[in-house]
Amino acid sequence: MKYLDEFSDPVLAGKLVDQIHAVTTQPWSMMEVCGGQTHSIIRHGIDQLLPSGVEMIHGPGCPVCVTPLEIIDKALAIAEQPGVIFCSFGDMLRVPGSSKDLFSIKSAGGDVRVVYSPLDALKLARDNPDRQVVFFGIGFETTAPANAMTVYQAKKQGIPNFSLLVSHVLVPPAIAAIMESPKCRVQAFLAAGHVCSVMGTSDYPALAEKYQVPIVVTGFEPLDILEGIRRTVIQLESGRHELENAYSRAVTAEGNVAAMDMLRDVFEVTDRTWRGIGMIPQSGWKLSERYADYDAETRFSVSDIHTDESALCRSGEVLQGLIKPHECAAFGKECTPRKPLGATMVSSEGACAAYYTYRRLDHLELSETRLVEA
Amino acid sequence: MSNDLDFEGWVCPVPLRDTPMIVMGHGGGGAMSGELIEQLFLPAFGGAARAELGDSAVLEVPAGRLAFSTDSFVVKPMFFPGGCIGDLAVNGTVNDLAMAGATPLYLSTAFILAEGTLMTDIGRVAMAIGKAADVAGVQLVTGDTKVVDSGSGDGIFINTAGIGVIPDGIDISPARARVGDVVLVSGDIGVHGIAVMSCREGLEFGTTIESDCAPLHGLVADMLATGVEVRVLRDPTRGGVSATLNEIAKASGVGVELVEKDLPIPAEVKDACGLLGLDPLQVANEGKLIAIVAAEDAEEMLAAMRQHPRGAGSRRIGTCVAEHPQMVVARTGLGGTRVVDLPIGEQLPRIC
Repeated sequence: MKYLDEFSDPVLAGKLVDQIHAVTTQPWSMMEVCGGQTHSIIRHGIDQLLPSGVEMIHGPGCPVCVTPLEIIDKALAIAEQPGVIFCSFGDMLRVPGSSKDLFSIKSAGGDVRVVYSPLDALKLARDNPDRQVVFFGIGFETTAPANAMTVYQAKKQGIPNFSLLVSHVLVPPAIAAIMESPKCRVQAFLAAGHVCSVMGTSDYPALAEKYQVPIVVTGFEPLDILEGIRRTVIQLESGRHELENAYSRAVTAEGNVAAMDMLRDVFEVTDRTWRGIGMIPQSGWKLSERYADYDAETRFSVSDIHTDESALCRSGEVLQGLIKPHECAAFGKECTPRKPLGATMVSSEGACAAYYTYRRLDHLELSETRLVEA
Repeated sequence: MSNDLDFEGWVCPVPLRDTPMIVMGHGGGGAMSGELIEQLFLPAFGGAARAELGDSAVLEVPAGRLAFSTDSFVVKPMFFPGGCIGDLAVNGTVNDLAMAGATPLYLSTAFILAEGTLMTDIGRVAMAIGKAADVAGVQLVTGDTKVVDSGSGDGIFINTAGIGVIPDGIDISPARARVGDVVLVSGDIGVHGIAVMSCREGLEFGTTIESDCAPLHGLVADMLATGVEVRVLRDPTRGGVSATLNEIAKASGVGVELVEKDLPIPAEVKDACGLLGLDPLQVANEGKLIAIVAAEDAEEMLAAMRQHPRGAGSRRIGTCVAEHPQMVVARTGLGGTRVVDLPIGEQLPRIC
C-alpha cells in the first residue's frame, strides 16, 4: 500500500531524526494522545531514536483501555442472556470483567460474535428477527460515526431487535482533564490524527491557548509521528503554543461534515467515567432521546451494575502519563497480556501491552519472569 | 488448486444422490457408511488410495528410523483462494514429517462430518486430498468417518496422521540452534493466513493472494542432498514465523535477532496486515520452511534452496545470538529494536 511504504522510509526517517536532534536544546515531555500512535512508536522503536531528554508520554487514547470495568460487566451480563447475539470488535473479547470475559461466555454457550463493522451486526439483526442483537459501541470520535450510522439505519429500516451498548468518549475533554491534573508533566500534545479527520480541529486552538501547550495533529506511520514530534519540538523551543496540522493528507480544519451531522443526530454529550482516570464531565456520548429505544443498557436493565477497579492496577496513572508501564509493581508479574489486571495490558494499543510485547528486552527482570511463567 | 477440480463431472451413485447432504446414518458403520467410502471417498482419492478396507493397514517399511506425526484441520472457510481443507490436511502432515528430514510414505485420513454438509463439498475436498497425496507421493492407507449432529460440528473436520522414513545421518531438532547460526526462510511469509482471512465471513476483502499450501519434502530432500548440516527445520504454520522462532529460541537456549527489512513480506500481505492490525510474523504459512544452519554453510544452502521451485524466494532473515536467550528480537526498519512475541491466542483484528 502506497502510504504504508512511503511513510516508513528509513532514509527520510533518519533525516527527520537528525532534524529533531538539531533543534532540541533541552528536555521536553510530550504526550501522543492516540493508542495507535503509542503502538507505532514502540513497534518501530521511534522513542529510542529521540534525543535523550525528549520523552514520549503515552496518552489515554486507546478505546479498549479507557472503557470502564463497569461497562464490560454490563456487556457480559447482556451477552449471557439467552436469545442474545452479542457482537463486538475482536479486541474487546479478551478484556476481563470482574470475573470473566466475553471469550468465556462464548465457550459456555453464549452467542458472542466478532464483527468487523457495526453494520454487520445490523445485518445479523435483520436475518435473525427472533433474536436480540447487541453491538458493543465503544471508542472515540473515530468509531462513533459508523455506530451512529448503524443506529440511524436500524431506526430507518425499522429493525427493532437491534440495540447498541454505548460507551463513547471524546478527546478534547480528556486533554483538558490531563492539563488540569496537579501532577501534570505534559508540555505538548501530538493530537490523534483520525479523531481530527472526523471532527476537524476547531476544538484545539482554545485548548492550546488556555493551557499554553503546542498541539500538533499527527498521523500514525513512522514518518508522520517523527514529523509531529519535529514540529512540536520546534514550537516548544521557540516558546510557541499553537495548533498545527502535520497530517494534512487526512485532516481538514472543518472535519467530515456529514459524519458530524450524523453524530449530532444520534448522540448527545454526557458525563463519562474513564477507566483509571475517573469521571470527566461532558467527555462522552450517549444515544440521544430520538434513539433512546436502541439503548441496550435500558433494554436489558443493566443500568444498576456497578463495579470497582483492581486496587493493584495503576493503569490510571499510566493513562495520565504519570508513570511508565514498567514502573508499576504489577507490570509483567501479576499483570501480563495473558492475565491483565487493567485494560492498558489487554489491547495491543494499550501502553502496558506495547511495553510488555516489544520492550521486555529493556527490563531484564521481566524476561526472568517470563521464563518462570513459561 | 481445488478450485480447478471438476467434481461436477463425477457421477454420484443412486444411494448418495438420494441424500445430497450428510445424514447421521453416514457415520453409523452400516450400509450408508460403506456406500460413502466406496462410492465417494475411494473414487475421489483415486490412485493415492490403498483400499484394503480392513481394520488396519499393514505396511512395509524399510529399516531405519520412522517419523510419525498427526494433525487435525478445522479451517474455516473450508475452501479458500489457492486450496481447501483437503490439500491442507495432506500437506500439513507431509510437511510435519519433512521437518524431521523424513520422506513421507503413508497417511491416514479421518473425517468428522457435520450433519447437513453437502456431498458435493465432501467430494471436492476428497478429490483435493487424492490429488495432493498424488503430488506428494504418499499413499492413503487407512481412514475413518464419523458424523456429528448439526450444531456439534461445522462442515468437515479432518485428521491426518503420517509415517515417513528418515535417512541415516540426519539429526534435525528445534534444540540444535547455536549462537552464530543463521536463520533462513524459503520464501514469502504470511500468505496462507491472509488468503484464508480474505474470504472469512464478514471480512471479505479483495486480494489476489492465494494460499502457499504445498508439500515441502522435495525441497527438504534437495537441502539434505547438499551434505550441509541442517540443524533446525520447522514449517511456520499457526502462530507464524514468530511462534516458530520463539519455540526454537526456547528449545535451543539462544536468542534470535531478525532484521525487519530482510523479511520477505509481499505487499498484499503487508497491506492486509496494516488494515487489520496484524503482525505478518504471526500469520500462518502452509508452504514455507525455516532452516537454521551454521553461518559458513548459509550461502551454499541458500543456493540449493533457490534451485527448487518451492524455495525460489529463499533468503536469510536473522541470526542466533548469545544476547537475550530464549527471546526473539527484531531490528526495525528505522533502527530501533522490538521483541517479537508469541501470539497469545487467536489474532484479533484491532478496533480502529
